[in-house]
Amino acid sequence: MSGKPKLHYFNGRGRMESIRWLLAAAGVEFEECFLEAKDDLVKLQKDGSLLFQQVPMVEIDGMKMVQTKAILSYIAGKYNLYGKDLKERALIDMYVEGMIDLNELLMVHTFQPAEKKEQHFATLVDKATNRYFPVFEKVLKDHGQDFLVGNQFSRADVQLLETLLTAEEFKPDILAKFPLLQSFKARTSNIPTIKKFLQPGSQRKPPLQEKDVEKVMKIFH
Amino acid sequence: MSGKPRLTYFDGRGRMEPVRWLLAAAGVEFEEKFLETREQYEKLIKDGELMFQQVPLVEIDGLKLVQTRAILSYIAGRYNLYGKDLKERALIDMYVEGITDLMHMILVFPFSPSEAKEKNIELIKEKATNRYFPVFEKALKQHGQDFLVGNRFSWADVQLTEAILAVEEKIPAVLSVFPQLQAFKTRMSNMPTIKKFLQPGSPRKPPPDEHYVQTVKKILKV
Repeated sequence: MSGKPKLHYFNGRGRMESIRWLLAAAGVEFEECFLEAKDDLVKLQKDGSLLFQQVPMVEIDGMKMVQTKAILSYIAGKYNLYGKDLKERALIDMYVEGMIDLNELLMVHTFQPAEKKEQHFATLVDKATNRYFPVFEKVLKDHGQDFLVGNQFSRADVQLLETLLTAEEFKPDILAKFPLLQSFKARTSNIPTIKKFLQPGSQRKPPLQEKDVEKVMKIFH
Repeated sequence: MSGKPRLTYFDGRGRMEPVRWLLAAAGVEFEEKFLETREQYEKLIKDGELMFQQVPLVEIDGLKLVQTRAILSYIAGRYNLYGKDLKERALIDMYVEGITDLMHMILVFPFSPSEAKEKNIELIKEKATNRYFPVFEKALKQHGQDFLVGNRFSWADVQLTEAILAVEEKIPAVLSVFPQLQAFKTRMSNMPTIKKFLQPGSPRKPPPDEHYVQTVKKILKV
């Protein structure tokens, strides 16, 4: 019994990756238990370990937490990455919810049927560059500070970095028109805990390959 | 300038209804601005009112809040409906997120094609009965308290009450195997602020009809 948080998910990004990012950014070591086949999920369900029969599930501080947003909020609160008061928390929440919407688009792209992929890609790029990135570019420009909210490192910064890097995997020049997001990316990547997470051998997961889609579908369907 | 929160959305439930419920349950009076035309929506965007060009929008305490979950979290925190500490907040969040998943099916239902509607009702019934309601039935049975978390009224209780009533509109007998939830529903419905919200003439919106669906489609161009 190590006392470290234990993450239950398949060996890939999916809905658990933001949690890996946040724990890593907070400097918290964690263990992972990977679902390889449907039976692994069924076993967890039968054990009563999954409140709504779903993963992600994170064992932390004596709780078996489920629901990605609940887990992220708990970690942010526990490790002081949630702003200094209710209003800063509201701002962080707004930013993060927007980024999660964009992340969702990015995440589901690999699962699109072949005939829809091109259209989906265009939508994804349009939303990233016209709806989401301009907001954060402007926030950084308006206050001129290093971090998105309250001049202090928060979960919003972690989420933004993750989203920027993922978007770049889809389209390497996607940040071309966003100089402040580029410098934010460079700066935030150099934060020691994050720098470590970005190095090979960390628990960061690679993008899902086409060939692995079927295996993942089998676990959940 | 009244100082009351102001809600901007379509004249219907949609994603704003949980916000109406929570403000009402907290005893907070609010104003509403209803979007009826595409031009109104485009003007809001042009004026920079909508951070991600989307509604709901709630103007409260000098903030222009968007993103439903951010809005609800703020209200819950502000009006002491978010538990007493981090762990209670975690439990409330888990419950609320689960209920939100169930409510999502109800949210999108009016927009599903007519040939899919019967199947979707079955899905709502199956998930409510097998995945979501048993969790709350069990929680109430285990601690024997009036409220879901920490023996105190919270956001989770409001959200569950809304969900129970919404599912019952589609599946009237859905609570037949859940005696704790039946008692919970009665208890919550009798709380003064909620009782008031459940009376005719309150800001509570009726179930979505064809006119609502067409308005949303027209304004959002979907």
